Amino acid sequence: MAQDVKSSRLVFTLGMAGFISGLVLVSAYLYTLPMIEANKAQALERAIYQVLPGCNAFKPMGLSAGKLEVQEMHGSDAIFAGYDAKGQLIGFAIPAQVIGFQDVVAGIIGYDPVRKAIIGFEVLESKETPGLGDKISKDAAFRNNFTELECASGVVIVSKGKKSKPNEVEAISGATISSKAVVKLLNQGLEQWQAPIDIYLNEQVKKQQE
Amino acid sequence: MNAPTDQGNQLAIEFMKGLWKENPIFVMVLGMCPALAVSNTAINSLAMGLATLFVLFFSSLLVSALRKVIPAQVRITTFVVIIATFVTLVDFLLAAFTPAIHKELGAFIALIVVNCIILGRAEAFAARNPVLLSVADALGMGLGFTLALFGVGAIREILGSGSLFSIPLFGNSFEPWVVMVLPPGGFFTLGFMLLVFNWMQQRKKQTASAKPV
Repeated sequence: MAQDVKSSRLVFTLGMAGFISGLVLVSAYLYTLPMIEANKAQALERAIYQVLPGCNAFKPMGLSAGKLEVQEMHGSDAIFAGYDAKGQLIGFAIPAQVIGFQDVVAGIIGYDPVRKAIIGFEVLESKETPGLGDKISKDAAFRNNFTELECASGVVIVSKGKKSKPNEVEAISGATISSKAVVKLLNQGLEQWQAPIDIYLNEQVKKQQE
Repeated sequence: MNAPTDQGNQLAIEFMKGLWKENPIFVMVLGMCPALAVSNTAINSLAMGLATLFVLFFSSLLVSALRKVIPAQVRITTFVVIIATFVTLVDFLLAAFTPAIHKELGAFIALIVVNCIILGRAEAFAARNPVLLSVADALGMGLGFTLALFGVGAIREILGSGSLFSIPLFGNSFEPWVVMVLPPGGFFTLGFMLLVFNWMQQRKKQTASAKPV
């Protein structure tokens, strides 16, 4: 099988293979990139509308010089202000992520700053155990925790059926670690953004009075 | 071999052997990583099987067509470049057209590059045979892999989630066997299917050897 072949031919063969492969992949990448980005944006958009019931339009916001402003933001530094059909601000969609049982759990929180309550929550990404931990995105009873969850001073986890205060989340039995991860995610997202949101809203009120 | 019917026969033989007699999962026991890891639902295993079939088909086609051009010393490297190109292509296409499936399969799409079935068929078959035969071989092997994977996925989904293609089968009274969608369920199902497959092969052999007596 192995005859004497000039090394220049070996180099040429591999070079050609690499060149053609690169050409094919770059064209495929350029062709699919807009579709892949549109898919991602669509998934995020769908989640934002879901966690902010009644939301009709949203604007990305981010911190610049410590202040929250409407601006084009990407990645984990953006939150989204949701408005209803009349253009009234109804709340903020806050993405956040923590380490769950297996891997990162990423979610988006619907936050109503006037009532200081969580009004929705969607899991964006999780690899939690199928059948147990993945109930954080599938279990109806668990999801019901987040339709009206008071969160002025953080949320707390309790076992199933033990909820007695408006800021308590009932865990999924058999998936305590994943449930705790969700609660941690909520507190982390709120801790980071509650203060800037309050400052932003106070300023808006002042502007209207002037 | 030269007459057209003979060639047709040869094609059929190369195609059929991958489905049963030399099935990549049940006989050669290759490609175990995706067979165990992403076979928790019928749709995931079907998608994984078809993605592998796609890569196997085109890499076999190209390897066979170029088998006289590629010097023997760099053949494996060239094969890997060819395979990796098609795998990356599948990765982009799935992400663009079926984002939900792409999300489920995750890293396992990229890992098709190192699936032994593909490099194995390229080196053992496509590099030594004409294009038509290689394509028949690749199609048979790919379909055999897809069917076996789909079998594992369907059993695991039916028992582990009580559904098939996410359509509930049993109503609320069914308590899903959660272990079947977890990693151990993959081993149980595959082991059980290997057992049945080998038992059938053995019986076939026994009846064949019993006949002349």
